[in-house]
Amino acid sequence: MTLQIAESIMTEDGIKLTEEQKKRRRGRSIAIGLALAALVAVFYAVTIIKLGPGVLERPL
Amino acid sequence: MALTERTELIEEHDWSNELIGEMATVGDYVQLMKLRVMSLVVFTALVGMIIAPVAIHPVLGFIALVCIGVGAGASGALNMWFDADIDAVMSRTAKRPVPAGRVTPDAALTFGMTLALGSVSVLGLVAGWFAAGLLAFTIFFYAVVYTMWLKRSTPQNIVIGGAAGALPPMIGWAVMTGSVSLQSFVLFLIIFLWTPPHFWALSLFKAEEYARAGVPMLPVVAGNPATRRQIFYYVVALALSGFLPVIVGPSGIAYGVAATVLGGIFVYRAWQLLRTDEENERQNAVRVFTYSILYLFLLFAVLAGEHIVRLMVAS
Repeated sequence: MTLQIAESIMTEDGIKLTEEQKKRRRGRSIAIGLALAALVAVFYAVTIIKLGPGVLERPL
Repeated sequence: MALTERTELIEEHDWSNELIGEMATVGDYVQLMKLRVMSLVVFTALVGMIIAPVAIHPVLGFIALVCIGVGAGASGALNMWFDADIDAVMSRTAKRPVPAGRVTPDAALTFGMTLALGSVSVLGLVAGWFAAGLLAFTIFFYAVVYTMWLKRSTPQNIVIGGAAGALPPMIGWAVMTGSVSLQSFVLFLIIFLWTPPHFWALSLFKAEEYARAGVPMLPVVAGNPATRRQIFYYVVALALSGFLPVIVGPSGIAYGVAATVLGGIFVYRAWQLLRTDEENERQNAVRVFTYSILYLFLLFAVLAGEHIVRLMVAS
């Protein structure tokens, strides 16, 4: 049995996304990845700017 | 689990929500952030940062500015989540991602909350918790006080709600100084007085749509002549408040001249709208609306520009 919802197809094996849906999902995944990478860069930059060389000066 | 049992579970579940979510593009999520509003927020916050009397590391300043922009985006997404029902019946907003069915309300809410928490947290770490608290208050004020409460209940919705849009220069100032001051409050006041005539001019030529959506904008509730009067009063108050940066600082003659010319033109446009006949009302309302954007942009640009020139001359 197949049922079409929002252009994707539900079969007994589960939901089959269309090529367009897969492409859009890939786009969203890339955007999330880039946002996370930007966050890493932000935290790195803020740490270095705020602490400077002090970031390495840790008590034993 | 047996295959037939699994198939039954899949068939019984309502997948429509998840599958609508699969149609969303990155652009839809970008649209949720209301880029045009965000650009104005970033611009006015930047001016607040520029005129502040102290400097911070430029990279920290840039990250703080991005946080303020993302916070504005969060407000936009939360607004679009809550207002999807009225957005759907207005031509200006019907194609937004939620009413158009490309993004689910749940996804818009999650996106908005994530951006809100993320922007406030990072701003707190970068520029201190006072500025972050102001940003959190701004998002709360726009999403809850304006969107959920005032917008549908009173024609004063954008007067009080305008406070949210007026806060970014104060946040920008707070990023630099860790406090608020009379100078930053004056920038708040200018945008606060600018917001009602800007949106009332828009609502004059979109009144039918607001009425259909059940939003009690001033023309819908009090009529067009009363709205035109209110626009004029607010524009006069705005033009006068435009001089305050000269009085309380930090602005000088160049800004004073710009405030006089820009304010004078705005008062003239509002006067034309006040005196207009029914036939030309729409045209004059459009003029006031479009000029209001130019007015705020140029006023703040001159404010920041004059300050930068003064700093360059001094150094």
